[in-house]
Amino acid sequence: MSAIALASASIVLTLLMFRLDAPIAAVFELSVCAGLITVIFVSTISLTKPVTRPELKQQTKNRIKRYWYLPVLVFVTAAFLGFYMVYPELPALVSLPDIDFRDVMWKLRQTDILGQIVIILAGVFGVVVLLKEKMNHDGQ
Amino acid sequence: MMVSDNSALFWIFGVFTVLLAICGFYCILVTRNFIRTLIGLELLTKAVTLLVVLAGYVSGRTAISQSLAITIIVVEVVVIAVAAGIVFGIFKQIGSLNVTKMRNLKG
Repeated sequence: MSAIALASASIVLTLLMFRLDAPIAAVFELSVCAGLITVIFVSTISLTKPVTRPELKQQTKNRIKRYWYLPVLVFVTAAFLGFYMVYPELPALVSLPDIDFRDVMWKLRQTDILGQIVIILAGVFGVVVLLKEKMNHDGQ
Repeated sequence: MMVSDNSALFWIFGVFTVLLAICGFYCILVTRNFIRTLIGLELLTKAVTLLVVLAGYVSGRTAISQSLAITIIVVEVVVIAVAAGIVFGIFKQIGSLNVTKMRNLKG
């Protein structure tokens, strides 16, 4: 349930990113965060032990007890920030010429791409090592 | 430049970002389930991503902010994948996803 809620949050974030003129990041967010991460979470949940019905009931009861402060906290913070805070005017910025995203991604931020490749390889290696079944002494 | 027009928009989205970060922190602090801890972490990262995209929009540098947001998303996915592997490993060791039952490191 929480994994699906997270996917919904990702979809909302995608819409906000479209609104903020960032369509490529939005598509990335939708495909990777709403898709891949949900798959990872659902796989992890299904690989781990499912709880029995009485346990689930008890857990839900405890969870509601622990989480009911959250909407109150969110509401109070939103009210405080919305009504009592004086918003300063943002400083004027030097206008830049419109740079194409592709130029930035492949030329200006080339090192980032290299870093991303290294991180992905490190992640793949980590997952392989973590999920590798331990071989027994016969080598099987 | 559209800075003064965007000032209000920046603060509205800024409030939303703060609320998202509060939800993430609360989730990490309150839950005792490993997977929910990861979900809290994910919410925090989403707040950061939104703030980066928002800053790019307000300052008129959307291309750079998008590039940075994509880097953040890639890092986030790798972190979550490895953390999910660690959670699965811990589950195989202790047979539970409850944080309070992990006492192997207790000294």
